[in-house]
Amino acid sequence: MTALLSVQDLVKTFGSGDAETRVLRGLNLAMQTGELAALLGPSGSGKSTLLTILGTLMHPTSGSHTMLGVDLTRASDQALTEFRNLHIGFVFQFHNLLPDFTALENVIFPTAVREGRETVRARARGQDLLVRMGLADRINFPTANLSGGQKQRVAVARALMNSPELVLADEPTGNLDRASALQVMDLIAEINREEGTTFLISTHDEKIAAVCRRQIVVGDGLLTG
Amino acid sequence: MLYALKIAIRYLTASRAQTALLVFGVAIGVFIFIFMSALIGGLAEFIMARTAGDMSHITIQAEAVDPALVLPSDGRTVLLVQEASSQATAVLKDTPAFIPLIEALPGVIGTSQQINGSGFLTRGAQVTQVSINGLEPGRESVIANLASYITAGTASLGAGGVLLGKTLVEDMDLRLGQTVRLQSSGGVEALLTITGIYEMGSGGPDRRQAYVSLATARTLFKMPQGVTRVEIKLADLYAADALAPRIRALTGLDARSWTEQAAQLLEALRAQAQTGYILKAFALLTIIIGVASALLLSTYRRRPEIGIMRAMGAGRWFVTVVFVSQGALIGLMGGVFGAAAGYGVLLAFPARESFGPGQSGLPIDITQGAYGLAIILTTLGAIAASILPARAAARLDPVTAIGQ
Ligand SMILES: Nc1ncnc2c1ncn2[C@@H]1O[C@H](COP(=O)(O)OP(=O)(O)OP(=O)(O)O)[C@@H](O)[C@H]1O
Ligand SMILES: [Mg+2]
Repeated sequence: MTALLSVQDLVKTFGSGDAETRVLRGLNLAMQTGELAALLGPSGSGKSTLLTILGTLMHPTSGSHTMLGVDLTRASDQALTEFRNLHIGFVFQFHNLLPDFTALENVIFPTAVREGRETVRARARGQDLLVRMGLADRINFPTANLSGGQKQRVAVARALMNSPELVLADEPTGNLDRASALQVMDLIAEINREEGTTFLISTHDEKIAAVCRRQIVVGDGLLTG
Repeated sequence: MLYALKIAIRYLTASRAQTALLVFGVAIGVFIFIFMSALIGGLAEFIMARTAGDMSHITIQAEAVDPALVLPSDGRTVLLVQEASSQATAVLKDTPAFIPLIEALPGVIGTSQQINGSGFLTRGAQVTQVSINGLEPGRESVIANLASYITAGTASLGAGGVLLGKTLVEDMDLRLGQTVRLQSSGGVEALLTITGIYEMGSGGPDRRQAYVSLATARTLFKMPQGVTRVEIKLADLYAADALAPRIRALTGLDARSWTEQAAQLLEALRAQAQTGYILKAFALLTIIIGVASALLLSTYRRRPEIGIMRAMGAGRWFVTVVFVSQGALIGLMGGVFGAAAGYGVLLAFPARESFGPGQSGLPIDITQGAYGLAIILTTLGAIAASILPARAAARLDPVTAIGQ
């Protein structure tokens, strides 16, 4: 296993003066490629904040952030957008998919937006991913008509579309019933095993966390476990 | 950016009713734009057709014979001024020399040599003062299109014939073929047959004008040679200002453009055109505000999606293009529909060829609808309108937009 990413002395504060909230207070974290990690911690502990910083969607107040040897701390918006597109996949809890597009169109978005069009190759890969997620019969379904579990599986497929090194998932199963949640989790574990994709998954669910080989616990703005 | 365009189209088709309403609103604006263009253009055309169209575009008037000043050479201040006699009409003598020169000029459609004066028309005990207009036979319709105004008889002037206006004929209870007595201000009389009756639709000529042949006018005004006026018709009446000085230089005669007399008319037309511009600008402004607010609403509604796209690696530029494309498409569709509707509605109005006397209703000129301009301006306006919402969308913070 090689080093994938590291953050050092990560500080994130929101607001200023009396309204200042220190969410992360000098957090250090390193991850290796191929890890399947759960991000745990009480509500408001900063899990989502950490994931958005790792996902380059937000700059830390201070501290350093490198991934794949690239210093992302002070990169430009455009550089981060390209980096994100190639190397990071996301699965969110809500509002994951573009509702006016089919499952396949959603899945191939990360490739199409880079290539400027939907190529045959991208479509083929998107279909493979959807089949792999057990959605062979939902490929050209409008996503608005999918169930919650199906939507999250489409989101996982899309997160994998550009074969990123890292997939960040913020409570991906928070909205699902136990059976669907475990189904999604099993698929993630399978991809991790077979492709070596690194996953960092925030969750409140012990059963979900148990599927992961590493547990990272945030508390008081620092890692506690 | 074909992919951004695809997403833009999908967004527009996803909220079909909203898009249709928006396009409809834009189309109404475009319709107003086109209707105003056709109306203002048609009005100008109409006014021109009624006034300038029948006017001489360049007129050469014989210069009035100035009262002669007689100054004795010995320096004593004896000043004799000869009264300008009303009988002594100014005459253009060498028309055979300069008429061909003028007719050879580019843009000149025709010339009309005339002898003008005043006189009295008598029938029985009735006497009416008229202005007498002697025209060259065969060239009666070169300046005012007399032939088109004839309601009885013919426009062609033969020896011994006279053309009278309908109002005059009715006032004096005359009929085609009757004989009338025409006496010039110089006292010469002629017995003439009414060979044609015209109706120009405007009071003056219909009531007070008598057209005779140039030969008859020569007798009436004792003018064996020369004419009192030469009128020139141009293909483009706006070329008169440029051509009049050329004719002056060419002939040494006092050639004057119609615009010198019609400054007020031109001023009015210009003011009318400006009113049209203002109305069209407001139509365009309404379109821009409508599109901008609709797209702003759409960016707000699609905030989470914009956040997702940004997280998936869509750059700010991509998001901008998605929303600007929506604006452009709305503008283009609204423009095309509005232009088509405008054309369809304008078809119901009488054609511009019928602009003339007796035409009623709005003088709308379908050929002046400015359809292409309306579509282009609307599309550009809609693009401009979408820039603000598109920038707002592109600058959205993905994290707050996704709202995790
Ligand atoms: N944009 C923001 N402005 C101000 N405060 C914020 C902002 N985002 C997050 N916070 C605060 O930061 C703290 C951590 O939030 P975060 O969403 O990271 O917690 P979390 O661990 O993901 O919680 P949960 O388990 O409920 O999702 C919270 O107190 C939250 O109110
Ligand atoms: Mg959270």
